[in-house]
Amino acid sequence: MTPTPLPATDPIFGKLSLAALPLHEPILIVTFLGVAVGGLVVLGLITRYRLWGYLWKEWFTTVDHKRIGIMYMILGLIMFLRGFADAIMMRLQQAMAFGGSEGYLPAHHYDQVFTAHGVIMIFFVAMPFITGLMNYIVPLQIGARDVSFPFLNNFSFWMTAAGAALTMISLFVGEYAQTGWLAYPPLSGIAYSPNVGVDYYIWGLQIAGVGTTLSGINLIVTILKLRAPGMGLMKMPVFTWTSLCSNILIVASFPILTATLALLSLDRYAGTNFFTNDLGGSPMMYVNLIWIWGHPEVYILILPLFGVFSEVTSTFSGKKLFGYTSMVYATVCITILSYLVWLHHFFTMGSGASVNSFFGITTMVISIPTGAKLFNWLFTMYRGRIRFELPMMWTIAFMLTFVVGGMTGVLLAVPPADFVLHNSLFLIAHFHNVIIGGVLFGLFAAINYWWPKAFGFKLDVVWGKISFWCWVVGFWLAFMPLYILGLMGVTRRMRVFDDPSLQIWFVIAAIGAGVIACGIAAMLIQFGVSIWKRKELADESGDPWHGRTLEWATSSPPPDYNFAFTPVIHNLDAWYDMKTRGHERPVDGFRDIHMPSNTGTGIILAGFCLAMGFALVWHIWWLVIASFAATIAYAIFHTFNYKRDFDIPAATVAAVEAARTRQLAAGA
Amino acid sequence: MPSNLPRSFARIRRLAPFAALPLLSGCGLVVLDPAGDIARQQGNLIVISTVLMLLIIVPVMALTIFFAWRYRASNKEATYKPDWDHSTQLELVIWSAPLLIIICLGALTWVATHLLDPYRPLATTPEQVVAANAKPLDVNVVALDWKWLFIYPEQGVATVNELALPVDRPVRFRISASSVMNSFYIPALAGQIYAMPGMETKLHGIFDKTGEYEGFSANYSGAGFSHMRFAVKSLPAADFDKWVADAKASTDGGLDRATYLKLEVPSEKEPVRHFATVDPQLFDAVVNMCVEPGKMCMHDMMAIDARGGAGIAGIQNVRSVAYDKFAARGTGSLAGWSVRYVAALCSQQMKSADRPDARPVNPAPLKGEGLSRPGEAERTALNTSTPRPMS
Repeated sequence: MTPTPLPATDPIFGKLSLAALPLHEPILIVTFLGVAVGGLVVLGLITRYRLWGYLWKEWFTTVDHKRIGIMYMILGLIMFLRGFADAIMMRLQQAMAFGGSEGYLPAHHYDQVFTAHGVIMIFFVAMPFITGLMNYIVPLQIGARDVSFPFLNNFSFWMTAAGAALTMISLFVGEYAQTGWLAYPPLSGIAYSPNVGVDYYIWGLQIAGVGTTLSGINLIVTILKLRAPGMGLMKMPVFTWTSLCSNILIVASFPILTATLALLSLDRYAGTNFFTNDLGGSPMMYVNLIWIWGHPEVYILILPLFGVFSEVTSTFSGKKLFGYTSMVYATVCITILSYLVWLHHFFTMGSGASVNSFFGITTMVISIPTGAKLFNWLFTMYRGRIRFELPMMWTIAFMLTFVVGGMTGVLLAVPPADFVLHNSLFLIAHFHNVIIGGVLFGLFAAINYWWPKAFGFKLDVVWGKISFWCWVVGFWLAFMPLYILGLMGVTRRMRVFDDPSLQIWFVIAAIGAGVIACGIAAMLIQFGVSIWKRKELADESGDPWHGRTLEWATSSPPPDYNFAFTPVIHNLDAWYDMKTRGHERPVDGFRDIHMPSNTGTGIILAGFCLAMGFALVWHIWWLVIASFAATIAYAIFHTFNYKRDFDIPAATVAAVEAARTRQLAAGA
Repeated sequence: MPSNLPRSFARIRRLAPFAALPLLSGCGLVVLDPAGDIARQQGNLIVISTVLMLLIIVPVMALTIFFAWRYRASNKEATYKPDWDHSTQLELVIWSAPLLIIICLGALTWVATHLLDPYRPLATTPEQVVAANAKPLDVNVVALDWKWLFIYPEQGVATVNELALPVDRPVRFRISASSVMNSFYIPALAGQIYAMPGMETKLHGIFDKTGEYEGFSANYSGAGFSHMRFAVKSLPAADFDKWVADAKASTDGGLDRATYLKLEVPSEKEPVRHFATVDPQLFDAVVNMCVEPGKMCMHDMMAIDARGGAGIAGIQNVRSVAYDKFAARGTGSLAGWSVRYVAALCSQQMKSADRPDARPVNPAPLKGEGLSRPGEAERTALNTSTPRPMS
């Protein structure tokens, strides 16, 4: 298919013209109408109930790590629905396009769908989910009142949201990249992708990347500097440990992504030749660089969830975590080793046998600390009293699913095996096996586990179980066929197929995706039903699961200041320790609590950056200059804002705590 | 009988996949049941590695289920030790069990990666040791948008989207691409390797069964990627000769540079074509990205640069393209700046030095120090120190 010729660049609108609207794509028009109507309804309701002021004052401008954490989770959930819609479209296309049928998606659309699916699921679903989780839980677990840099936290969130927004805009204005989620050049170079798709990709990731990097710095500093007195590094909860390692990886690896994409954008905008075929460019350099970021990225995603599984297993087994020290060392080993394995993503690019074996073996070595972790969870269950609440069910499902994904991962790390399985559907099955079985199952465990902490009521168990079984069954149905197809030599990113014997497997996979869709629907219903029945499901104690870490020491939801007095830590499992020693809640002697003030600077700066990203995509140079100048000017202006903090008066604290005392007494 | 690396596991290989997946015995798992020795060894390696890992995976899964059941909260009879959180012996087992598996797998990986290195010329066929001087069949492969070009330099013919190979004869592929990255993959023959513009990669393989197979690109390369498939015929020697003769008698004409530049224009579902003749320097020009008339070849440029470059005068040595391959690809012209390239300085193009291949290697397993390999009269050292051919 020949794309329409490029319009000349207009001084006002750049490359943007009415032709950029996908009016010829019925699927997109219907989607747009759906989004527009849904959006208008939401906006109308917000206006009708006069919620704008509330949203702005209490949420958009908040610097409270708990609210920012919740906003991250909502962003992740919205983007998850988009990413999953892409997945369903792909599964349908591949189940249909046999025997001369072209399916229902032309190449131009299908290629955007699989690119967007990958980018959105990694950058705008998994990343916001884990960042939100860490944001909410880490300060509570270490007994802090907020993160180290509360304003930066708000700014980070809005930058991530701006990146997501730019990616979503591409759905209706212009197009998205048709390059695969890592946009390998030369295909992603200006010569072979001259339209705006790759530019949307670049700027969406660059803007979100600023947020991710800053949030990583923020959380590292928070963990290192704001721990409650007595909480040495080896007394930190495991989730905090894994968060620390994950954020170290973020800070060490996201700049590589930023630099790589910057070089690619120079190639596209300024005519340089870093990654072109001609004039000394090397696309192989891009492949190396992007994976030097890309491999640590998968550990950035999974490590915090390893922490979640540790917390959940220990809590629901009613037992100390087995081998805490070895767990910590395993995490640190994985952190370091994750930098030594990137080449296993392209054994087939022609490296020598010694280089390939080196990276293959380092990859296998990672499975040793990972295996040790698995055994530690196993022996935490051993001689425990396991309560099969939803978080524990997700954890068991994870253990049984993840080992299979880990095994196929090690298999792919054997270079000669990779030569026959590289880029095949076997690979797709493998990484969905670890990302769904590890990251998503972990997130679902975490959501079910900490929801009562965030909102003061538990999630509905019936719908939770329906969702659980749909997800687990749907996952195996959707991805086992892909393992088999991979062994049949079927490669990824195919739009149409010749061999009719493959179709049955794609149909099964599509059915599996349908079952997963039921799981997602059940989960949304679970949220809805739980909010509806919040009185019945209410948890007055603040510690519904008999937790072991500090976040369960405070009320649910926690007060703005988290802890009226900063707790003093004597032991690992600080809250369990306090409970067993007969800890008494302090009921008087409160003092003023110093807190950061809300600010609109984060959302305003991110808005300018969004405008700049959009202008860069469409070559609207005046707007690039204007929005860049506005960003800098507003950032400077913000430095003159001296109203950055306030004190919660002791009387207010006393009132809040007194209410809490009554609540506890009523619950007891 | 194939003399391959995991010979001792041959029985497991036959049993394991089908025992585990009884439904699949009839559905053509080409990766596990290919028609070439290299792919077969790679497939065997998958099975062996899987079995090796199942040694630890199965107990872990079983223990997970057992512990979850045994220590359920309602089972008050099970021991409950809420403060038990350490055991040095257990920790030792926890760390050393995966370590042992990985040591075995790592050793297997090291050896197999070297023996099955796609750049290594093959010294044996499954049936017999190939004499060290036996010349493999050369095939030059170019990934185009979106079809495959195969050049047979020895036979002087070329084809589009059809690859015929004689059975039981080692084949040496030299692989490149015209525009973007692809991956050259014939699952029945051997593992894949990337096809990259301006680069040459190598792959060695051998068919030991005749038949019709399929090859394709295994790396997404744009809109026409799904149709980038080609037929692979493994033919008896006599049939191969006949196929070559038919190709030479083809009426599709010859493949010169002008024809190549037309062929390079993006197209989908290209029918099979046979070219009776082929420009002997074409593949070299493709790799060095100088098929376009008047464009300097990369190896010339590198040679000039290696001698200090053409200095400031080099800036003048560019011309605007007469043929815009980006526009031809259908992705539009490069609006904004003119497309320039470095013009050739020499009227006569150099031929890139034909670097010698590494010494052929016997991929059969070593049976121990001082022992001979299967099918080999006397012991030769495993040749791991051969310098890698540069491309």
